[in-house]
Amino acid sequence: MAINWFKYSAPTTFYGLAGKLIPWFAISAAILFAIGLYIGFVVAPADAQQGEFYRIIFIHVPSSILSMFLYMIMAGYAALGLIFNTRLSAMMATAIAPTGALFAFISLWTGALWGKPMWGAWWVWDARLTSELILLFLYLGFIALHASIDDPRRADRASALLAIVGSVNVPIIYFSVKWWNTLHQGSTIKFTGTSMHVAMQQAMFTVLAACWLYAIAIVLARVRSIILERERNTTWITELPEVRS
Amino acid sequence: MSGLDIWMRENPLTYIWLGSYGVALLIFAIEIAMVRHKRKITLQQVRLMRDADDEAGDEE
Amino acid sequence: MKKSSLLGLLALVIRRDLVLAMRRRADVLTTLIFFVMVVSLFPLGVGPEMDMLRKMAAGVLWVAALLSSMLSLGRLFSADYLDGTLEQMMLAPQSLSMLVLGKMAAHWMVSGLPLVLMAPVLGVQFDMSVQALGVLIVGLLLGTPILSMVGAIGAALTLGLRGGGVLLSLLVLPLCIPVLIFGTGAVEAVSTGLSVVSHLSLLGALLVLALVFTPWVTAQALRISME
Repeated sequence: MAINWFKYSAPTTFYGLAGKLIPWFAISAAILFAIGLYIGFVVAPADAQQGEFYRIIFIHVPSSILSMFLYMIMAGYAALGLIFNTRLSAMMATAIAPTGALFAFISLWTGALWGKPMWGAWWVWDARLTSELILLFLYLGFIALHASIDDPRRADRASALLAIVGSVNVPIIYFSVKWWNTLHQGSTIKFTGTSMHVAMQQAMFTVLAACWLYAIAIVLARVRSIILERERNTTWITELPEVRS
Repeated sequence: MSGLDIWMRENPLTYIWLGSYGVALLIFAIEIAMVRHKRKITLQQVRLMRDADDEAGDEE
Repeated sequence: MKKSSLLGLLALVIRRDLVLAMRRRADVLTTLIFFVMVVSLFPLGVGPEMDMLRKMAAGVLWVAALLSSMLSLGRLFSADYLDGTLEQMMLAPQSLSMLVLGKMAAHWMVSGLPLVLMAPVLGVQFDMSVQALGVLIVGLLLGTPILSMVGAIGAALTLGLRGGGVLLSLLVLPLCIPVLIFGTGAVEAVSTGLSVVSHLSLLGALLVLALVFTPWVTAQALRISME
């Protein structure tokens, strides 16, 4: 079946498609989140060494994964926008940034809260936590740059270039921070315990899936507002039912 | 600070729920609220512009 | 018909920027003074205990070098942007990447190199050993050009914006963290008797990467900002 994908690269058609998809993603996210937490708290047993505190990983690890992948996807859309000059790609990159930044923040916050019972301190300069902090800075830089430029086209393209430069740097930064951490014999937040109980894995994957679905839903919702704003001078926007009312 | 430590060890689940999941859910709620708010004011803006255009059209 | 070799172009741009910088010596000097002041703030803030200062020395000097470089980067393109020269440069048939490389080189000579020369004097205030100072200088020699080059990308992206220097720093500082880590790591290695080769060669590798990629990326950033 030949799907004309390019049809959905136009803001007009994408707006409608996104609107229809959001409820499905949102509801399945909520359901999976509930299931994941149930497995994580009720089914999975307490850890031999960490007791109940390890249960924080069910939100900490998925948010870390999401913050990193969302940055890469954002950079991907940015690259598409620069190469093919498609407006929608740039809008998607702008829509992803706040969500990615918030996931990075959740990762840092829950990492700190996990660190406190484990290491006795709210913050440790663990390689991954430090890299996550730098990732948050990269997100904030992207958002700040985009917000500082009035001309939307220049804003899109400048922040796109920044995102791509940042994504190239992410592996370099991660490697150098890991190096720095082992040099100084810093602490490593690791899930101690030989292997994870099956239920723990299930819980983690379920919450991870829930976070992905949530991220897709919220990014689609945000991009719809961006489309409305950017395309406000066009007739198709003024014809929309939500605008007419 | 040690008072917090003692409380933490005696109520681990409450600590996790309030501190981690509670904050995460709060952040999600704030994000959703912000997206909905942005949509509302963008729609208002678009309607204003359309009304202004209509009036300009009527005057011509 | 003038024969325009790329190296000739490079030399021309470097000479021009150096001459312009010399006319505004105050700008150059204020960056250097900022460097010295920031370094002096740390002992004032953490106390004069020599053991602690010796341990902190490399980190303090490197962070101060980073911050001073950020300050001076705003000037890289702004003067030419304001008087229209930048537009001419972009319309010129010569390679924009080469022109940008020339400006980066001139910037480093005027901002980075003075820091490298000043560092040993300040390092002595922190009771750094001769070997540590040597490694510090080599590291700064390799690292400050990287700061100029990566910073140029930020300068090009933030051309003419209100946020200006602070926004530039926000964007560029995270990208410079590896340079900071390897530069200070090298000094720490020599202080504990370990080999500095790995740190310095990583810095060297980053320098080569920067030389190869940043001029072109900065040229693209300039085109985006000037459209």
